[in-house]
Amino acid sequence: MRRLPRLVAYASTQVNKLTMELNKLSAHELIGLLNKGDISHLDICNSIIDSVDKKDKSLNAVVNFDRDKVLERAKAQKGLPVFIKDNICVKDELTTCSSNILKGFRPPYNATVIEKLLKANAVLMGKTNMDEFAFGSSTETSCYGTTKNPWDLTRIPGGSSGGSAACVAADSAIWALGSDTGGSVRQPAGLCGVVGLKPTYGRVSRYGLIAFASSLDQIGTLTKDTEDAAILLKMISGHDPMDSTSVDRPVPDYAKLIKKDIKGLKLGIPKEYFIEGMDKEIKQSVLDAIKKLESLGAVCENISLPHTEYAVAVYYLVATAEASSNLARFDGVQYGLRASQVKGVIDMHKKTRGEGFGDEAKRRILLGTFALSSGYYDAYYLRALKVRTLIKKDFEDAFKKYDAIITPTSPTPAFKIGEKTQDPLTMYLCDIFTISANLAGIPGVSVPCGFTKSNLPVGLQILGKAFDEETILRIAYNYEQATDWHKKRLIF
Amino acid sequence: MTYETVIGLEVHLQLKTKSKVFCGCSTNFGAAPNAQVCPVCLGFPGSLPVLNRDALHLAAKVAIALNCKIAPKIRFDRKNYFYPDLPKAYQISQLGNPLSHNGYLPISIDGKEKIINITRVHLEEDTGKLFHEKDHSLIDFNRAGTPLLEIVSEPDMSSPGEAHAYLTALKSILEYIDVSDCNMEEGSLRCDANISIRKHGAKELGTKTEIKNMNSFKAVKAALQYEIDRQVEMLESGQRIVQETRLYDAEKDVTESMRSKEEAHDYRYFPEPDLVPFDFEKKLLEEIKKHIPELPEPRKNRFIKDYKLSDYDAAIMVSDKALADYFEKCVNAYNKPKIIANWLMGDVSAYMKEQELSINELGLKVEHLTGMLTMIDAAAITGKIAKTLLIDIIKTGNSPEALVKEKGLEQISDTGEIEKAIDSVILENQKIVSDFKNGRDNAIMALMGKVMAKTKGKADPKKVNEILREKLR
Amino acid sequence: MSINKDTVKYTAALGRIELSEKEIEHFTGQLDKILDYVHKLKKVDVSKLEPTSHVLEMKNVYREDKVKPSLPVDDVMKNAPAREKNLFKVGKIIE
Repeated sequence: MRRLPRLVAYASTQVNKLTMELNKLSAHELIGLLNKGDISHLDICNSIIDSVDKKDKSLNAVVNFDRDKVLERAKAQKGLPVFIKDNICVKDELTTCSSNILKGFRPPYNATVIEKLLKANAVLMGKTNMDEFAFGSSTETSCYGTTKNPWDLTRIPGGSSGGSAACVAADSAIWALGSDTGGSVRQPAGLCGVVGLKPTYGRVSRYGLIAFASSLDQIGTLTKDTEDAAILLKMISGHDPMDSTSVDRPVPDYAKLIKKDIKGLKLGIPKEYFIEGMDKEIKQSVLDAIKKLESLGAVCENISLPHTEYAVAVYYLVATAEASSNLARFDGVQYGLRASQVKGVIDMHKKTRGEGFGDEAKRRILLGTFALSSGYYDAYYLRALKVRTLIKKDFEDAFKKYDAIITPTSPTPAFKIGEKTQDPLTMYLCDIFTISANLAGIPGVSVPCGFTKSNLPVGLQILGKAFDEETILRIAYNYEQATDWHKKRLIF
Repeated sequence: MTYETVIGLEVHLQLKTKSKVFCGCSTNFGAAPNAQVCPVCLGFPGSLPVLNRDALHLAAKVAIALNCKIAPKIRFDRKNYFYPDLPKAYQISQLGNPLSHNGYLPISIDGKEKIINITRVHLEEDTGKLFHEKDHSLIDFNRAGTPLLEIVSEPDMSSPGEAHAYLTALKSILEYIDVSDCNMEEGSLRCDANISIRKHGAKELGTKTEIKNMNSFKAVKAALQYEIDRQVEMLESGQRIVQETRLYDAEKDVTESMRSKEEAHDYRYFPEPDLVPFDFEKKLLEEIKKHIPELPEPRKNRFIKDYKLSDYDAAIMVSDKALADYFEKCVNAYNKPKIIANWLMGDVSAYMKEQELSINELGLKVEHLTGMLTMIDAAAITGKIAKTLLIDIIKTGNSPEALVKEKGLEQISDTGEIEKAIDSVILENQKIVSDFKNGRDNAIMALMGKVMAKTKGKADPKKVNEILREKLR
Repeated sequence: MSINKDTVKYTAALGRIELSEKEIEHFTGQLDKILDYVHKLKKVDVSKLEPTSHVLEMKNVYREDKVKPSLPVDDVMKNAPAREKNLFKVGKIIE
């Protein structure tokens, strides 16, 4: 019988060991309890496993869950459990990008972020569902079927890191990794009422992240609150000699730095993000959040990011072009699906890719291939790269005067499953507020800032200067401390 | 109807780095299949390239040696196409901002110098290797990711002979700067050609064909000649040349159309997002330039000028850098370049060839060779003895002085001894003596030979000749 | 019209994806709409702009020429759909 989720606001400061549901706590709370010796890490893992057992049939957020393997790992690693989006390589684990073309694929190596987590004793719990190859904003293009939004099982959780966001929101995960190319961590975080952070491009290594758009991708965090985001960010950040685009900069102790106040910070509110006809409830929640930030001492001013209107167009040329090239390696030769009944190699390529890719993947490969092809390169791809320069410059100019930029995360709250699948363009426009940050390479975080009348979460997005994660996390943390949106939990 | 030929060559060269161009796998030739691969060179999902510093530096070394201008900003691009030996379905190469451009290579053809311009030299990665069986193919990716240098010439060559000269001169330079094994059989050096013909004096270029699968310099020459003949025949019979790729078949000595059903490749080049741009500091370029030794052509000219060697001899002396270095060391110790050159081109080379050793592997010390030559000058040994002495020196590593003493090879200059030998030869060879006396002047050579044999080669040949003639008067 | 069926067919061949007639029809309509939307970029004067391929101002990232251990060959081959000993196997390469 399908149980509908009920909203319960609950103060989590007191933990009764007998009735505690450890899966409902944040990572920093659990670390505190572990350090005191009140609980064992095995207790935490078991709590998560129970939650997955209970909830995932309805949620479909976790893919290829191997209970026995997880219990084995829990015995060996003595840290917190973490879920990993299915496009991040874990050695010898099924890593499929929620695509049929990678069915059965077990990478022979770990992504760098996985190595870092393992060094920190993390227990890898499993992979989370996603849009196929991260192509989507709803997790509906997954070969495993869509993940449901824990707040309303008839709605999508956002995408492409929908599985990770849903797990964290439903307390089936303490925290999780996702990836963000056009908003794929922030947007599902906003739609699921959790904190989603996309670091600056180059902050976190991409080695082992199965590439969608190489100049836009970043691995990000899905957590219950900002402090957890800060802790997890530190764990996965840093220079990687295996990634030429990873920067060699020291990694600050984010969790410490976020506790400073935000008095005097100058925040820009771009008018282009408050568009005609946008969801009224979202607009109101965000405006209320802005007032709250002002009450905390920040100075908020209206600004303009004049080239915002071109961001989606630029993205769907640049990202798809890079994707068409990154996905060309899926041809049935070395790994994954290989079509049977083929006449020679060319036929094998064509049929494997025809059978293995879903519709959205095919659409994007066609679009990207077209944008790069002879006769169209200048008018499409090259032009898009040039307009990207303007979008990047908009932010550079804004950040000369302002410390951060505040916007809504998504133009709508979570929509119904199937609502936007008929028209790709409608789906693409879901990313309208998050895409620019990827094009410019700047960091962004989404924090819960309210609920609609139908109890659907609303996200507040905070964008910052390159490598200034501490400021955006500081703003998010201060906002969180002054509100309790992030504490609202479901009884699921 | 006379036609002129227009040829351009594209040479691919594997660079001699220890590891591959974008990952740490070894580049050793001959490893077991798929034993030298990793996620990066296999193109596994999630892998990323990181540029091998030495590969770029070696590439720059070649570019500078070929007089190219190094670009102020160097970028890599993706060349997208599908083929089973290309693991990522794109090759990381260079298009718009290559390492270098506008160089030249002087070649010597029919005694005259000609400049062949070089369009560009750029760096890219090699593909894996395919093994074709009857109804399937097998792939070994060990070679994938080996650093490859692409050297593209302008279509400045006008004959197969010039193409051959270009390749020879290029190989010589590459060996001198020690960047590659330059072995066409092993595949470390590959060559494709573009060739067209046009009526003599015409300004427009004819339709060109691309020729591939030439596995030696000889094959390049033969393939181009065949193609010229084929194109001439076609034009003469009113047919049009089709722009296509043709493969050379060495056994049949023909070029054959590839008859590809694929549409012409649209490589959809775009800047490689996984690699950042590169540039060279002026200081670094100067450092690299310093490490380029004197190249073969200028060295040859210097040998002609300073050592008064003939063009032919100088060319042979510089053909192998190690040999040229050895030659100069000898000249420094014994200032008779022509004599040294003769010995090196003659007896030393013959022995090297027979034993399949290079000059360095031979282990013939400079002072031993020059010491031996000095002994000849001082008439301490004969030239004939020296020939066998040389082999002994190489085999034992002992000095000529020690060996001569040990084996008693000193030249016999004592007139008395020589007379004794001559007398007994005359006695034993009455027929040859009478031939000589009857006018056959060269019969004396036979008698001389017998005297030399009797003295075990140690008699001073000049004295033998003098005394023999005296006695036979 | 920004894109027609023939172009979609050609592009699919370039991208080595086999599409059914129905798919070609379906995608052509959708891609056309997307490309129409993308045409708003024509409004921008790009004549004096440099393209942004990399958002970071980095250059000269190298690795040293040192040999590192390769993957054990079993790890290399274990995902292979078809193999012959330690070689990847594919069908005939029909030119």
